[in-house]
Amino acid sequence: MIKRRHLLDSLLNRPPPNYEGQVPLNVFERGALAAGSAVMSLLNPRRGDLIAALGETTATPYFIYRLRDAMLCNPTGRRILRDRPRITSKTMSVEKLRALPENTVGRVYVGWLDREGVSPDTRDSVKYIDNEECAYVMQRYRESHDFYHALTGLPVFVEGEVALKAFEFANTLLPMTGLSLFAVTRMKPAERSRFWHTYLPWAISNGLKSKEVINVYWEEELERDVADLRAELGLERPPDLRDTRKTLREQRKAAKEKREKMSGLMAD
Amino acid sequence: MSTPTFWRTSAHLSRRLIAAKQPYRCLSCSVRLAQELAQEQAKQDAKTTHFGFEHVPESEKESRVGAVFSSVASSYDTMNDLMSLYIHRLWKDRFVRSLNPGLHPTTSSLPSSKPTPQTILDIAGGTGDIAFRMLSHASTINNDHTSRVIVSDINPAMLSEGKKRSLETPWAGSERLSWVEANAEKLHMIEDESIDLYTVAFGIRNFTNKQAALSEAFRVLKPGGVFACLEFSKVNNAVLNGAYKRWSFGAIPLIGQLVAGDRESYQYLVESIEKFPSQREFAGMIERAGFMLPEPPWEDLMGGIAAIHKGVKPV
Repeated sequence: MIKRRHLLDSLLNRPPPNYEGQVPLNVFERGALAAGSAVMSLLNPRRGDLIAALGETTATPYFIYRLRDAMLCNPTGRRILRDRPRITSKTMSVEKLRALPENTVGRVYVGWLDREGVSPDTRDSVKYIDNEECAYVMQRYRESHDFYHALTGLPVFVEGEVALKAFEFANTLLPMTGLSLFAVTRMKPAERSRFWHTYLPWAISNGLKSKEVINVYWEEELERDVADLRAELGLERPPDLRDTRKTLREQRKAAKEKREKMSGLMAD
Repeated sequence: MSTPTFWRTSAHLSRRLIAAKQPYRCLSCSVRLAQELAQEQAKQDAKTTHFGFEHVPESEKESRVGAVFSSVASSYDTMNDLMSLYIHRLWKDRFVRSLNPGLHPTTSSLPSSKPTPQTILDIAGGTGDIAFRMLSHASTINNDHTSRVIVSDINPAMLSEGKKRSLETPWAGSERLSWVEANAEKLHMIEDESIDLYTVAFGIRNFTNKQAALSEAFRVLKPGGVFACLEFSKVNNAVLNGAYKRWSFGAIPLIGQLVAGDRESYQYLVESIEKFPSQREFAGMIERAGFMLPEPPWEDLMGGIAAIHKGVKPV
């Protein structure tokens, strides 16, 4: 009885925020936001803000604390939590990164940013996680996402994103990454078959066996060779998705042209 | 549980539910707390007003409200439907019907020579809800095909939404419907005593200076003209108020975020409803602007969730 009263009251008497930008929600609101954003972002995957909200509302209890503890167990993770570096366009100079040699982490990262036409600033800030340190952990995970693209070599369209989310789920255990896998229902049959046969097995095995990617201090690894970093983490690249799709596209095109030529000949 | 205990417990519970304290720290206020403390001295002389639960300098309120409505314009109508569970349509229907716009050829008491068409000014009328209802009522019920509505809004995004919606009505591009971008406190493009009916629906709580808008309304209305306002107001019933407040502060920003992608704007909207004066206070403001109040001075809708205020400019 008493607990329910507090819940009803907490809508009108919200506690003061623990950090700037925090929106304190009670259990009902968090649940409703999680359910609503799950449904709406599946219907409209362009709503990045809802995917972010889904991540934050499903991270508590347990999962974000586990991730924060994984950082605390690792010396680099502890340094990250102490320094609290942020990845924004101010802290990451894209011009300097573009000048780096081809296979460095920084160069590949900038390549992804350019290809997708985004900047490091396009990530929403965390609002719905009450614990301040865990909010930082979530923010760090979100800002590092583009680096995970660079690390795994997965491209930025839906197929690559879903494969990367599967890897992140196996590695970070955040529920939103697992829930994102429902996006598989929106993929084409050929993409789905590649996902089930190749990318999901890769994601699970590599996600589990590699070290926690949340503990990588990206700001210090920018000039390192990507393959080197991969070896240290214990993860292998999946088959290059862009190349695979390009090859298949060219094969289909060649087959189509051949068919047209044959039908042209037969008509004569 | 024995009966006395039961009554004591439920009375205690309902008192807790109903007597919701004014929150000591709201979301918007606390974010700016650090800045406010520093600027408090400087701002002490500057005139401030409410922006939801925040206090902002008067000069800033207009642009802040502008930002809110530019952001909500495209999903405004969907959001209205979801937030009020479609009830806002009933309120607007009641509002228009009670005003009975349009001059019926047989029942309106005017000389038999051709009367001047009724001119209606709909303030903060952005997406055209009231305007279209007015024209439809005048044409269909009063068989008046000459009365015209001027829709005015301070926000160009809302006006363009309204123009887009008007394409589905028979009056788009006709002289019966015109659009003006204007601040209700400064209607310099409207002549004195040129309007028969001035309406504002769910707009006046966003005005920086409500009394100034009421004075402008007084100026532009013809003698005998009617001022009508539909706005959210104070709920009379304590239990309904408890439920209503919790819906407002809990569900509405959530729906705003899911549908419109904008929690802050809808948080502002519910806070501005909270800050709006009560029915009696607002009727006093209307009287102070020079209007004569009818009896009763206001009509509560749904227990006071919304209220229709009217005033008549003395002849």
